[in-house]
Amino acid sequence: MEAKLLMGNEACCEGALAVGVDFFGGYPITPSNEIGEIMSRRLPKVGGRFIQMEDEIGSMACIVGASIAGRKTMTATSGPGFSLMQENLGFAAMAEAPCVIVNVMRGGPSTGMPTLPSQGDVQQARWGTHGDHPIIALTPSTVREVFDLTVTSVNFAEKYRTPVVLLMDEVIGHLREKVVLPQKESVEVVNRAKPTCPPEWYRPFEDNKSGVPLMAPFGEGYRYHVTGLTHDEMGFPTTKKDEVDALNQRLHRKIRQGFEEIMIHESFLMEDATTAIVTYGCVVRSAKTAVLEMRQEGKKVGLIKLTTLWPFPRIAFENLSDQVEEIFVPEMNMGQLYREVVRVNHGKRVVRKISKVDGEMISPEDIMRAIKREGGSGAKVY
Amino acid sequence: MQKSIDVYAYLRHEKKFPLIWCAGCGNGIILGSIIRAVDGLGLDKNLVSMVSGIGCSGRTSTYVDFNTLHTTHGRALAFATGVKFGRPELTTLVVMGDGDCLSIGGNHFIHAARRNIDMTAFIFNNNIYGMTGGQVSPTTPEGMIASTASYGNREPNFDACKLAVAAGASFVARGTTYEADSLDEIIALAIQNKGFSVVEVMTPCPTIYGRYNRLGNAVKMLRMQLEDTVTVEEAAGMSPEELKDKVVTGVFHDAPRPELCEEYELVIETALKK
Ligand SMILES: Cc1ncc(C[n+]2csc(CCOP(=O)(O)OP(=O)(O)O)c2C)c(N)n1
Ligand code: SF4
Repeated sequence: MEAKLLMGNEACCEGALAVGVDFFGGYPITPSNEIGEIMSRRLPKVGGRFIQMEDEIGSMACIVGASIAGRKTMTATSGPGFSLMQENLGFAAMAEAPCVIVNVMRGGPSTGMPTLPSQGDVQQARWGTHGDHPIIALTPSTVREVFDLTVTSVNFAEKYRTPVVLLMDEVIGHLREKVVLPQKESVEVVNRAKPTCPPEWYRPFEDNKSGVPLMAPFGEGYRYHVTGLTHDEMGFPTTKKDEVDALNQRLHRKIRQGFEEIMIHESFLMEDATTAIVTYGCVVRSAKTAVLEMRQEGKKVGLIKLTTLWPFPRIAFENLSDQVEEIFVPEMNMGQLYREVVRVNHGKRVVRKISKVDGEMISPEDIMRAIKREGGSGAKVY
Repeated sequence: MQKSIDVYAYLRHEKKFPLIWCAGCGNGIILGSIIRAVDGLGLDKNLVSMVSGIGCSGRTSTYVDFNTLHTTHGRALAFATGVKFGRPELTTLVVMGDGDCLSIGGNHFIHAARRNIDMTAFIFNNNIYGMTGGQVSPTTPEGMIASTASYGNREPNFDACKLAVAAGASFVARGTTYEADSLDEIIALAIQNKGFSVVEVMTPCPTIYGRYNRLGNAVKMLRMQLEDTVTVEEAAGMSPEELKDKVVTGVFHDAPRPELCEEYELVIETALKK
């Protein structure tokens, strides 16, 4: 494949089409608009379907309905729309309907700054909908990675029967980079496991080793019930405590069993590092530059890039050498992931946040300045 | 005449009965009518999907042996849009309460009607919020009592059928649980319409609406449906004065027009040429 100049939002569509997304329901919102526009043009050419819904509540509902009817579904939005999607996102988690929600984060709160970047929806991606649900959220930092993680998001959604949030920031969504996309044939495609048993044997929410029940699309002979109410393994509402507990436990267990594969993270020059920068999304780009520049100055700084944000990739810290004394967490919010980093380090090292909420991207200088100013002072120990 | 069919062949027996509805609730009568209509049309159960919202009415989907999806409050039509647009071969029936469809779900209702997507939307209109204990609904008539309108409702109510026609539904009708026979027929016509059909059914809620408003028991409330109802044909010869407290039943609008899923085939055709 030859190199193309692509925008993050375009790469997202390329990834979605490569992995077989064949249904998109959405509502326009900056800075995610290009995704819906491109999908509206491309899907009808490949046997897919696009619908612009009346709002984001409807968008989320409609991609869940289509998913249950057997489609691979996706929507794209930004902060205000993501807020409106929360109730039915929870429904998707409860009904175990595979689907992908792309949130190209813009400045908040509220209408905030439609055209400026932020990473303000990190905790909302985790806890935006009510109830104790599991969720998967991934975040790219290059245009090529947008393609790859869109593929991974759809594959995780199908494999684990769960909504997956692809959290992009405006910088990545609108960034143009020269990328070489993989051949379509080399893209890994996971499809939800369907039942093969006779319909009368089908127990639509029955547990198994993976914790992920087999999923029959509506209209193929397996008539069953889907509800957002707490249900038994036949899908019918229940309040019996053993059935209630079994469902709630299984919903979490199915994701927990996949932690190893789901918690994607990368290390960069961490072998001898005494100071680590932990970050994600567009900030990874600045952090890499900061690491290289500080290394020139003889400082042993490394980078841990978190690609998965939820479930929080604690395994990235489990085997971290005792050499690492300090961690800096630059984020374009007031420290939403910083708290998680503090939590999983159990007070073993100093963790400091570098927050920026002025609508501008965190620069390498911002990071270097903070490390120089606060690094090694050892004052704040958690 | 109602033909006798094996209604049980359409019901789910495992663990799902007795139903949650109160004795005397009209919802079961509507469910019976839906089943008879589906049976009369000879539809394959595997290709029928019932999508419902939240409320007493929303529980309807639990009991029937179709592909059933019990969604969130007000959103049944948006979920159903995904089901139908995702798999157009499914006959899609959408069951909603009056609050469900016309209050929280009002936006989805007018847009589903505008798109003329092929599905039948049932509004189980009991004039009140049943499930949550009797709060006022956008269909509660003026002057009536509800738990959040203890001094009498002073807000005008929606005429769901007029709203549906104005928004673009291609088939719009109203029936009552008293006249189950003609309800069967109306529902069969609605399902056969290739487009967005709305069937509003007046259904008694003796437990809550009846009790708040001292309307008597279930039988009395059913009889009232007979007394208060006039057909579209009868209504045509009546003055606005005479029609004031009457509920008009029958088919108000039957005007097929291009349907969303079929229109999308044209989108596909055009896209493939470009
Ligand atoms: C978002 C949301 N808001 C409120 C509720 C609570 N709720 C459940 S049913 C209902 C109203 C039921 O009334 P109606 O739609 O008329 O149906 P009925 O129970 O009378 O059949 C409400 C407000 C809810 N489930 N979800
Ligand atoms: S509360 Fe009213 S609407 Fe609900 S089941 Fe009882 S009678 Fe029916």
